[in-house]
Amino acid sequence: MAEEAIKLGGKKKSMFIDKVKAIIPEGGNLNLCLTCGACSSGCPATGLDGMDPRKFLRMAALGMDEEIVKSDWPWMCTMCQRCIYVCPMKIDIPQLVFNARGLRPRDQRPKGILGSCDMQLRNDSTSAMGISPDDFIFVVQDVLEEFREAQPEFAEMEAPIDKQGAEFFLNQNSREPVTEPNEMLPLWKILHLVGADWTYGSHGWAGENYCLFLADNDSWEKVTRTTVNQANKLGCKIFLNTE
Amino acid sequence: MKIKFTVQDPCQIVRKSYGDPIADDLRFVVKSVVGEENFIDMQPNKSNNYCCGGGGGFLQSGFKEQRLEYGKLKDDQIKATGADYCIAGCHNCHAQIHELSEHYGGNYPVVHLWTLICLSLGVLGPNEREYLGDDLKEVNVFHPETAE
Repeated sequence: MAEEAIKLGGKKKSMFIDKVKAIIPEGGNLNLCLTCGACSSGCPATGLDGMDPRKFLRMAALGMDEEIVKSDWPWMCTMCQRCIYVCPMKIDIPQLVFNARGLRPRDQRPKGILGSCDMQLRNDSTSAMGISPDDFIFVVQDVLEEFREAQPEFAEMEAPIDKQGAEFFLNQNSREPVTEPNEMLPLWKILHLVGADWTYGSHGWAGENYCLFLADNDSWEKVTRTTVNQANKLGCKIFLNTE
Repeated sequence: MKIKFTVQDPCQIVRKSYGDPIADDLRFVVKSVVGEENFIDMQPNKSNNYCCGGGGGFLQSGFKEQRLEYGKLKDDQIKATGADYCIAGCHNCHAQIHELSEHYGGNYPVVHLWTLICLSLGVLGPNEREYLGDDLKEVNVFHPETAE
């Protein structure tokens, strides 16, 4: 036995894990870990950057905040939620990871995600590939016109943009209109054949949301509001997210 | 033609949103399109499926080497089915698995679900076949005379 009791150091410091607990439902159960390792054994990100979900949670629980800020692992975890799905205590490790992304100053987060988020904020398309609402409308109309001529059985097919009162508001990944526009056709055909009453929006048509991945909450909200406001303005009943 | 297909359950709509019922809906559509006898499930699947590594911004994060290592599990899972094709209903999955197929040498085509639905309906045009393999490129072409 030690001569005298070991005193653990002074005032309890403000820890990252406590801040996350305070903002997510039930504190994300972040203090309930049994260290069983079910999360890590079924996680494809286990081993990357010398990390795994259990280790990450233990580090947070031990207050190793500096190491967490330095780690690139939160950017290698896709927040797929398989860990919480198999966890007997339903510990929200993905929320811990998401908030860890936000610990770094915005300009020190991965350039690719940062650039895509900034691009989405540039105009009302909310497209990570920078295409403007006018260019999107042009591409859609151009593809549709050519197609109706080539496949006359579909002469009545439409690809509406800003159709007031349409039942479905459909968003669209930017990849198709920008790099492979003909890939939009099969989806339009299916919607046409089943008689769906749908529309794209001239604003907020792009389905991707890199500001979410960047953990830039204000920008994430701005992008999402742009698309939701457009769907509401058009009076659409159902938001179809193709992303 | 006896071509076999497997399908990637997108984490977002299955595990994270609607659970196994929508994974069953996905299988209903896939089996209707390719024929029940031509569908092979990955193991594990549905809500227990592994993420492919294309989500969460990983494709844009710059950690390519780690992303491909992450996806090795997915590539192994697909190869273990023995399927000729992997169907991806999600854009990020499509991009990631397509890259895994090339990187790990499996060279199985990775297709959008809409492509196969239109192919089975006989309305898939000649210029809408970017991701079909050679075995299906010329099959049941709608208005072949309009090929670009």
